[in-house]
Amino acid sequence: MIEATGLSKRYGATLAVDDLSFTVPPGQVTGFLGPNGAGKSTTMRLILGLDAPTSGSVTVNGRPYTAYRLPLFEVGALLEAKTFHGGRSAYNHLRCLALSNGIGRARVDQVLELVGLRSVARKRAGGFSLGMAQRLGIAAALLGDPRVLMFDEPVNGLDPEGVLWIRNLLKSLAAEGRTVLVSSHLMSEMAITADRLIIIGRGRLIAQTTVEDLLKDGSGSFVRVRSPQSDTLATLLEAQGAAVARQADCTLRITGTTPEVVGELARANGVTLQELSAQQASLEQRYMELTSDAADYRTAESARAPAPESN
Amino acid sequence: MAAIATQQTSSSSLSGFANILRSEFCKLRSVRSTFWTLVAAVVFNVALAALGAILIPGALSAQEKATVDVIRLSLAGIHLSQIAFGVLGVLVITSEYGTGMIRATLSAVPQRRLVLAAKAIVFAVTALVVGILSSFAAYFVFQAFLSDNSLRSWIGDPGVVRAVTGGGLYLTVLGLLGLGLGAIIRVSAGAIAALFGLLFVPPILLQLLPQSWQTTIGPYTPMEAGSQIFIVHPHAESLPAWTGFGLFCLYAAIALTVGLVLINHRDA
Repeated sequence: MIEATGLSKRYGATLAVDDLSFTVPPGQVTGFLGPNGAGKSTTMRLILGLDAPTSGSVTVNGRPYTAYRLPLFEVGALLEAKTFHGGRSAYNHLRCLALSNGIGRARVDQVLELVGLRSVARKRAGGFSLGMAQRLGIAAALLGDPRVLMFDEPVNGLDPEGVLWIRNLLKSLAAEGRTVLVSSHLMSEMAITADRLIIIGRGRLIAQTTVEDLLKDGSGSFVRVRSPQSDTLATLLEAQGAAVARQADCTLRITGTTPEVVGELARANGVTLQELSAQQASLEQRYMELTSDAADYRTAESARAPAPESN
Repeated sequence: MAAIATQQTSSSSLSGFANILRSEFCKLRSVRSTFWTLVAAVVFNVALAALGAILIPGALSAQEKATVDVIRLSLAGIHLSQIAFGVLGVLVITSEYGTGMIRATLSAVPQRRLVLAAKAIVFAVTALVVGILSSFAAYFVFQAFLSDNSLRSWIGDPGVVRAVTGGGLYLTVLGLLGLGLGAIIRVSAGAIAALFGLLFVPPILLQLLPQSWQTTIGPYTPMEAGSQIFIVHPHAESLPAWTGFGLFCLYAAIALTVGLVLINHRDA
């Protein structure tokens, strides 16, 4: 369980994290989502006590990270940037970290096996490919077999096989009851792996929700109706408090109601329906919509383009 | 994965610190730069002693031979090996910042001051062993290669053991000064420049000042003060061996203390 309360971090003039409060429960994969520069990595560094918050606090299993004497048993973290000395072998890197928390050689061999680096364990880590470096970072995170795991952009630079491996690893870790927080700037990736989502933009919390709820209550979701008596239906719906946009060819775009209500209303008033459908924005569209104001580095073109049209 | 590692040892702070020491020693010995800088230091110490023993007797007059500090001649390699020790001391901490390893280190041990203290202890012990052994090796190699008996000394002569051991002590404390500066500056190039600037620049600046300044301030500059520990026949204005070395230790202690204070107050 990770709990952040009013977490803020200022670097000079930049407010990287702004009054962020969220909870990451155990037993689920929680996706930590936001555009580049939204403050995901900063938040993870704050959780690990690497950076000190300007205000607010964050605890891991009820205690601030820096209160742990042997934190590798509580939290394992893969950070976005490289966190090993290229001159050291993978084995020695893990061995040095393990020693600091009193973890034995057997566990070092075990995690090397688990991430598939056993055959290159004695090679200098500086020569590792991006994928191998990610695996080494994950091995380090797993050393103490911790109850809480954090991965910052774990699939970055991985080949499809590596991506699949990470996905399955994350899911199996969560299935074992662990707390798993995974950051990504890709909604498509999170849609596959995550159960819950924490979405941030410009350091602020935009949404804390489940994947299903995010789809359900988006403004991208609406009911589409085509009827020769569309005007009559529109008036009826508006009387019920739904928002109706009249479109060409007798089509209505209705928000704030459900297809069930629309269908029932039409039947009760003898309105003929030629089409009745619930339209859902894709997760990607929902995400774009939520973060469109918050994206830090949009290209000029995408900034000019209209908000993604849902249909 | 389901098997929970139950290696968690007693979390008493003493055994906790022993673990941190082991981890830091593992780091020190598992990078090649440690090995090569120490090999370079030993080679400088021993090779310059041999070279000095062969070349110097022919270059000195009889009067010079009577007054020259023979121990200082045998330890001439320190002028080169101090660079290796200084660089190694700096790299012990700055290589962590440079590579990003520091984030893994501080995630594993959030008690940052313990990390820095462990680094200083592990480096000091390693440097003491290598520094003292190579100083003695230099002394005996100098004696073995000496063709001129008038320069011969005996290890039991007054001040000789102190000076030869002092060579190792000087190199160790110089490395610790580097470690302290490294902890403050955190960038390898900057910290190395600061260390050698602190050592080599004051003597050069003093050359530009009046003689009276040189004799009053000169003895207190870091390198001049620290060097007294491996000198048997000091200049008149020099500080006594242990006083000078004590001052040198104080410089290193100040750098390390500032490093210890800062490490808890800065983002990693």
